[in-house]
Amino acid sequence: METQTIVQEIGDIAEEAAKTPVVEVSGSVALLEALIVEGVDTIFGYPGGAIMPIYDALFDYNDKLNHILVRHEQGGIHAGQGYARTSGKCGVVFATSGPGATNLVTGLADAQIDSTPLVCITGQVFAHLLGTDAFQETDVINITTPVTKWNYQVTDANEIPEVIAKAFYIAKSGRPGPVLIDITKNAQIQLFNYKGYTKCNHIRSYRPKPIVRPQYIQEAAALINQAKKPFILWGQGVILGSAEQEFKAFVEKSGIPAAWTILGAGAIPTDHPLNVGMLGMHGNYGPNVLTNECDVLIAIGMRFDDRVTGRLDKYAKQAKVIHLDIDPAEIDKNVKSTVPVWGDCKETLPLLTALVEGKQHNEWLAKFNEYTRQEVEQVIEPELNPTTAEMTMGEVIKQLNEITKGEAVIVTDVGQHQMVACRYAKLNNTRSNVTSGGLGTMGFALPAAIGAKFGAQDRTVVAIIGDGGFQMTCQELGTIMQSGIDVKIIILNNRFLGMVRQWQELFNSRRYSFVDIQSPDFVALAAAYRIPGKVIDDRKDLPSALNEMLSNKGSFLLEVMVTKENNVFPMVPQGCSVSEIRLK
Amino acid sequence: MSEDIEKQEFNITVYTENQIGLLNRIAIIFTRRKINIDSLNTSPSEIERIHRFNIVINESEDVVRKLTRQIEKQVEVLKCYYHTNADVIWQEMALYKVSTDVIAEKVSVERLLRENGARVVVLRKDYTVFETTGHREETDNLISILQPYGLIEFVRSARVAIIKDSDGFNRKLREFERLEPGEDVIENEYLNQGQKVFTM
Ligand SMILES: Cc1ncc(C[n+]2csc(CCOP(=O)(O)OP(=O)(O)O)c2C)c(N)n1
Ligand SMILES: [Mg+2]
Repeated sequence: METQTIVQEIGDIAEEAAKTPVVEVSGSVALLEALIVEGVDTIFGYPGGAIMPIYDALFDYNDKLNHILVRHEQGGIHAGQGYARTSGKCGVVFATSGPGATNLVTGLADAQIDSTPLVCITGQVFAHLLGTDAFQETDVINITTPVTKWNYQVTDANEIPEVIAKAFYIAKSGRPGPVLIDITKNAQIQLFNYKGYTKCNHIRSYRPKPIVRPQYIQEAAALINQAKKPFILWGQGVILGSAEQEFKAFVEKSGIPAAWTILGAGAIPTDHPLNVGMLGMHGNYGPNVLTNECDVLIAIGMRFDDRVTGRLDKYAKQAKVIHLDIDPAEIDKNVKSTVPVWGDCKETLPLLTALVEGKQHNEWLAKFNEYTRQEVEQVIEPELNPTTAEMTMGEVIKQLNEITKGEAVIVTDVGQHQMVACRYAKLNNTRSNVTSGGLGTMGFALPAAIGAKFGAQDRTVVAIIGDGGFQMTCQELGTIMQSGIDVKIIILNNRFLGMVRQWQELFNSRRYSFVDIQSPDFVALAAAYRIPGKVIDDRKDLPSALNEMLSNKGSFLLEVMVTKENNVFPMVPQGCSVSEIRLK
Repeated sequence: MSEDIEKQEFNITVYTENQIGLLNRIAIIFTRRKINIDSLNTSPSEIERIHRFNIVINESEDVVRKLTRQIEKQVEVLKCYYHTNADVIWQEMALYKVSTDVIAEKVSVERLLRENGARVVVLRKDYTVFETTGHREETDNLISILQPYGLIEFVRSARVAIIKDSDGFNRKLREFERLEPGEDVIENEYLNQGQKVFTM
């Protein structure tokens, strides 16, 4: 090489270096700077010994990063999930080592199975103490490996910018999921030459999306165009891929009836004429029965969970299956596909829409309506307009719909009230249904509602919770009190662990084994946290109580006493085929 | 059980980034499903900074296909392939320790070595260590031969396997370095089995 060019090159390098001044910062500061570049505005967390340097740095970032002090790390991570679900952004959670980190595990498992993007930062003991059973040392990386999309332990501050950039990229891209970064205390304290933060957009071993293959789009379109009784099943993939518009266009052009998994709820409005209802164990009658009658099944961003499919060897055996998914591991995992349409549905759906013929399937749609008529008569009418003395869960949701007009974000816990809320809540908008689907985590709703509100501050957030589940995370009333966040809490109190009781009634000949749960005075409990509340047990008070709750400035707890031994129907009993769904 | 009939040995080859943590991430994909790992070997690959896992399990192809997809889904896995024994060249190494006295007294050591493709690694007054490399039957065979002479210790290595039909793997792996690798690299190779996946 000529001297000239070498000199030139050295000059360039020096100039480059001068442009990015090297500053000495601590690992903790580098972490917080990274969060700011990533657009993080809210952190849910809880401090402790091993994460103190980060909290010390956070003290100076109060104006840029809103840290919400939760009451339990599980509450923190569920709040992060709620935030991610309504905002479409990545939830960020801080916890200390040992018990702080292990308290995250339920939330990680929940976020992993429901594909929720999270970046969790845990403190860890000093690197030289790793493996010595030091105070509050747990092997967080190994504990969380099965329940994270990726995790990594940082022991040197120099790694922090790159690792955090990878964490956000991995959490948000492809099929989203939780990432945990464990940072040893020495790395948090360590000063290093900080060269700025660059976002990550490529990892050589990681392919967030499979390449879209026109061949499969064509094959899928051909199948759809020939179909007499096509049926669309959609899941959360539509929402995660921000493909609601693309999805709606596909449904409307093809004229195909479409049903949702509970995580997909709201991607198109509840009252869209082609929205035929909910799938699965407590889903609607028509969608379940007709799954076993359709000729082409088009599954979009859903993973054929067993709560959706029932008995697999009797599931849609007559149908050709088109499966659109971003995760290649989902294709053929549970249901063998005829045409696998690998890829991001935001890209694949418009391609498919372009090739499908505009149609109306009126006769086929009429079949759904006929099943709906039967379901209304036998299940929905008695649930929503009961003639019994005691209130039903369904009528509470119906009343709520009338007041919110379907504009609220509905957060649910797990149990009968969850199924009732998902079945009957009116949703006009996407990102309006926050529930623990895959893991079924009781205790999810209260903290998730807090996060949901932080993620969608201009929307009304209503948490619908059972008397059992509320007691699992009710300490988060403290978070509501201190942060002043506005969430509306409805406890549907049936004085039972209702869903388990329902199974015991139906399958264990009413042997009610430990499902009879006592509750504290919930309104008094809320009052202790300076949250106003009310309990009602007469339906004539329901509209006014709901109005009072919704018009209250700030959080409100409404406890509704509902009938004790109501069952959620329809129901596909475990081990049965979807077409064996029972109306009673 | 008809399922057992379909089961056979499969060799799973995984190309990965750095191994720390990944070993566990890969292992739990099997253990979670209560699938025994018969053999596990980790080594460098021909490309710097890319590691290679050789895993042997006894399962049906359907299960193995799903497992490889789960493995390939891991962020730090570049590629995962599975092959039957017929698709690979494989070897396992075994060491055998026997008392030198007994052996010297009772067997023609030379014949033993010759017939079993073994070689002496260490020869001491008190004990001798033999080594053989080959398929499972071959290494097993020497155990049964040596057992009557008081086999003191036996150990067999994990399996290493070279894929017969691996043309282009190397090029593919190197392509991962690029920001926009070619289509044939990114796509999951099961897609190439068009007819198999696409049955209309
Ligand atoms: C953490 C956790 N523990 C146990 C369960 C099992 N479980 C599912 S529903 C349910 C009952 C829920 O009771 P409640 O919160 O009162 O709601 P309900 O069904 O009465 O509406 C239980 C115990 C669970 N899903 N999650
Ligand atoms: Mg209850």
